[in-house]
Amino acid sequence: MKSVVKQEIMGLNGDEAVAFAAKQADVDVVAAYPITPQTIIVEKFSEYVANGEVNTEFVCTESEHSAMAACLAAAAVGARTFTASASAGLALMHEMLFVTSGCRAPVIMAIANRALSAPLNIHGDHSDAMAQRDSGWIQIYAENAQEVYDSMFQAFRIGEHLDVQLPVMVGLDGFTLSHTLENVQVLGDNVVKRFVGTRQLPTVLTHDGRTVPYKLDPANPMTMGPVAMPNYYFEFKRQQEEAMRNALRIITQVHEEYGKLSGRYYGNGLIEEYQIDDAEIAIVCIGSTAGTVKTVVDELRLNGVKAGLLRIRTFRPFPAEDIAKALAKVKAIAVMDRSMSFGGNGGAVYQETRHALYDFSTHPSIVNYIYGLGGRDTSPRQIRKVFEDLQKIVQTKRVEEKIRYIGIREGQGGKDE
Amino acid sequence: MSFSEGKFTAKDIAEKPELFMSGHRACAGCAPATVLRLIMKATRGPTIVTNATGCMEVSATIYPYTSWAVPWLHTAFETAGANAAGIETALKILRKKGRIKDEQVDVIALAGDGGTYDIGIQALSGAVERGHDFLYVLYDNEAYMNTGIQRSGGTPYGASTTTSQAGTAVPGKLENKKPIAEIMVAHDMPYVATASPYYWKDLIMKARKGIEVNGPAFLHVFAPCPRGWRSDQAKSIELTKLAVETCIFPLWEAVNGEYQLSIPSKVIALAPQKKKSVREYLEGQGRFRHLFTPKYEKMLDEIQRFTDEKWKRLLKRCGMTLAA
Repeated sequence: MKSVVKQEIMGLNGDEAVAFAAKQADVDVVAAYPITPQTIIVEKFSEYVANGEVNTEFVCTESEHSAMAACLAAAAVGARTFTASASAGLALMHEMLFVTSGCRAPVIMAIANRALSAPLNIHGDHSDAMAQRDSGWIQIYAENAQEVYDSMFQAFRIGEHLDVQLPVMVGLDGFTLSHTLENVQVLGDNVVKRFVGTRQLPTVLTHDGRTVPYKLDPANPMTMGPVAMPNYYFEFKRQQEEAMRNALRIITQVHEEYGKLSGRYYGNGLIEEYQIDDAEIAIVCIGSTAGTVKTVVDELRLNGVKAGLLRIRTFRPFPAEDIAKALAKVKAIAVMDRSMSFGGNGGAVYQETRHALYDFSTHPSIVNYIYGLGGRDTSPRQIRKVFEDLQKIVQTKRVEEKIRYIGIREGQGGKDE
Repeated sequence: MSFSEGKFTAKDIAEKPELFMSGHRACAGCAPATVLRLIMKATRGPTIVTNATGCMEVSATIYPYTSWAVPWLHTAFETAGANAAGIETALKILRKKGRIKDEQVDVIALAGDGGTYDIGIQALSGAVERGHDFLYVLYDNEAYMNTGIQRSGGTPYGASTTTSQAGTAVPGKLENKKPIAEIMVAHDMPYVATASPYYWKDLIMKARKGIEVNGPAFLHVFAPCPRGWRSDQAKSIELTKLAVETCIFPLWEAVNGEYQLSIPSKVIALAPQKKKSVREYLEGQGRFRHLFTPKYEKMLDEIQRFTDEKWKRLLKRCGMTLAA
């Protein structure tokens, strides 16, 4: 890969990468509330504010609910807004997430993905963001700190795109990414500035036939967030879904443009295929675990095992067609979920992936592995075992348990594995 | 505090364009609608309004219609304070960056008693602590009227609501109203006042002061709801006069924490014989009907007693003693 612009290497953890990107993106308003493992983001940003390194208004709200309400209101005035949260904080925002997407406010938010209570747990899993998958937010999950940094700029461009106008979440696995120092290649401030630009505003038609920017502006009074009765509400929601469909296209476009600039690509921006072309068995997963899976795939390939990985980078909008195409020739698939959908037919990633494959005549065997809840480590050995299970499924043509758990104590004894 | 007096004669007000316009679907006799109209007469220039969920939101902005001639934002029930904070912050930075016109734009947050005393108090308290420059207007109709008259932290003692019903065992709401305006004064904020639409000029002047003051201002406006209060639609404004005359809802300002009685209440402080019995205020309202039955009538004395006590405390805060 050839990078077209000069870049420097900085030692950053995922949270610092987020804060540094927010600084470079010249955000107008940051309203946020601290929560582990996101705190480094707001602390770092506060440091930038304290040292006069940003031209941003930083509001330390009294809750995540108010953080999102303030971001939404600031975005309604036309500001580029950013916040960050995790776990309980994201859950507290739940109501406002729907209002933000419904108001078509492109607020950008980093989520240091963390488990939900109870029992209380501050460590990484995807329960928080997965619980918000139907909130109308675009969701991008990063694999490493570099991708966190890169995804931030793409997020602004995607969310603020006139064909999209939706809020975007960038997920980074709690601690595994948020707190782990990595070498991150960073772009120059001016390069970023040119890439993200200044926030564009869509235009709307007024009752008296004028075309005006969609924002709270005394020169063009506008009512935002009205009541919509059964005669109009449905169309609002339909248009939101249309914007999500558009986002599939815009995400790949923006990703491509950023790739040309930085030399870094993450698949097509929606999914990343790794040794999938001729794979007989494959793992589908999200986030940092993909790094471990890649290592195991490399090992297996050396031994002649046709193993592959499909990493879903964009979970919302769900790139069903891309996924189905990528997995078309695979015989057995393990979908890994780092969250529960209690009482559901497996985890969220499994449900969606399985559903995406339904229309294919060659129905592959597809099983679900729930893993890593509450920060439980997932080792290469465990990933190897998943591939071995898949090999067994291919050989025997039989799937026994569809929904499985990795590295968990089972049964009465509760013995360590 | 100095503020430009503005021109607030009846003629000036009538001539000023309506920023909260007719055509909304508020009920007959709705005092909050009148209050909003008066508040918007107090604006000094470009203004953005944010409105918590409630009657005034659902009755005035039914898509594709609106009664608002100023930019207006609604997001949720508990977010008036946080929305005002976000708007004010965005205006500040966008002005600094030259992305919007360099002019003063005032921010007004509107919320009912549910959105203020209860679900919105956290966002309000946070926004005030952070010192955002906005006027928060509480239009207090003393219950969740939009959802069908459920009790709130602003519902007075003895009132029958759909969730504090007066029955044979329970005489309506058993708790007093939260002293919300005093709670706001305790935030050490620059301006807090109470107002009644009967005293319209006092109300408009106070709203104007709240707009002009640098930093947060809180205006608590008494605003009867004939549907919820089971009162005569034609008497809403009269009730707001009686509430002041009985000292159920005295009018005052606290400028930088210094309490001062407003004229309609000062008149009563100086001439206590003018203070009316709470019975006069309560008897016209169906929500207090049960208090006028033998079983519960002792509660009337209780209401009179603590109304007097609260009034005495207020006078003390205002540096006045009860005239003989």
